[in-house]
Amino acid sequence: MLNAIKRLAVVVVAIGLSFPAAARDFTAGSIKIVQPWTRVTPEGAKVAGGFMKITNTGKEADTLVGGTFPLAAVFQVHQMTMDGGVMKMSELSSGLEIAPGATVELKPGSYHVMFMDLKQPIKDSSIIKGSLIFKKAGTIEIEYAVEPLGAKDTGHSGAKH
Amino acid sequence: MLAILSIGLAMVTVPAWRVTAPEPVPLIGGPFALTTHDGKRLTDKDLLGQPFAIFFGFTHCPDVCPTSLLELSAVIDKLGTNAAKMRFLFVSIDPERDTPEQLKLYLSNFNPKIVGLTGTMDEIKAVTKAYRAYWQRVPTSDSYTMNHSTFTYLMDRHGKYASLIAYQQPPDSQVAAMHRIIAAP
Repeated sequence: MLNAIKRLAVVVVAIGLSFPAAARDFTAGSIKIVQPWTRVTPEGAKVAGGFMKITNTGKEADTLVGGTFPLAAVFQVHQMTMDGGVMKMSELSSGLEIAPGATVELKPGSYHVMFMDLKQPIKDSSIIKGSLIFKKAGTIEIEYAVEPLGAKDTGHSGAKH
Repeated sequence: MLAILSIGLAMVTVPAWRVTAPEPVPLIGGPFALTTHDGKRLTDKDLLGQPFAIFFGFTHCPDVCPTSLLELSAVIDKLGTNAAKMRFLFVSIDPERDTPEQLKLYLSNFNPKIVGLTGTMDEIKAVTKAYRAYWQRVPTSDSYTMNHSTFTYLMDRHGKYASLIAYQQPPDSQVAAMHRIIAAP
């Protein structure tokens, strides 16, 4: 029995060690940030996107207005759309509103946070700390899981959804 | 009356690139002169006799361009020995920031058969006009980004338009389309 527990403990530790870069969730007030992630960037890249789900569990709307990313000089909230084969990008200068009870997904090809003027490329198998700033919930410290170049979703470097 | 009005409004709001898109036979392609990521000049005349794929983007692009380049890299691998029988051209629509050196560094992450091209603003205007590629500079609070069309054009060995590849079209159909222009007389 004791051996069985020991074996189980070894397995649990091994699982824990094998997912060092799993995307995690972060909460402040009524705002929950689900599994923020970013991607490895090509050499010479000056920009990168950050992705996550944002849920507002409160009774009032809140707005993502900015944030920080340690490798970038500039942090912006962007929207991307595809219109008849044309990729269009724009900065949401007044931020991204999260309605009460709503979940907004920031993902490739859609809303995203944009890291600009990167000081160095984003490398594989690391976690990068950053922060998001909301009008009501204030500053939330988060950690981005780093996915491979061209990844379309998180979960490749760690636990699945 | 309302219907007529809404049709009228719909026509007004159609983006300019759609209005000017040629129908039904696309007149895509034409003369160009650009600089490669190795600093050499390349014109449409240099490509005669070889089919090529050409698409437009920029290195300050967070999503579409690295994804397209990554997918094209995989498609080139799948072409096997046929890959040597055609050319793959990535034209910058952001010549201000995309110097040959910047393109070279950026493309070092992808298949080495992909040739980066840049030029003067006039040269980029000329090539994008010839290929009906839409691009527009979009200011952000302290910099700018670009809107741009995401199609890849496949051109035959005579420099004539053959077919179109859409963004994130399944790789196998891209490979098939490239085998077709390689085989075409």
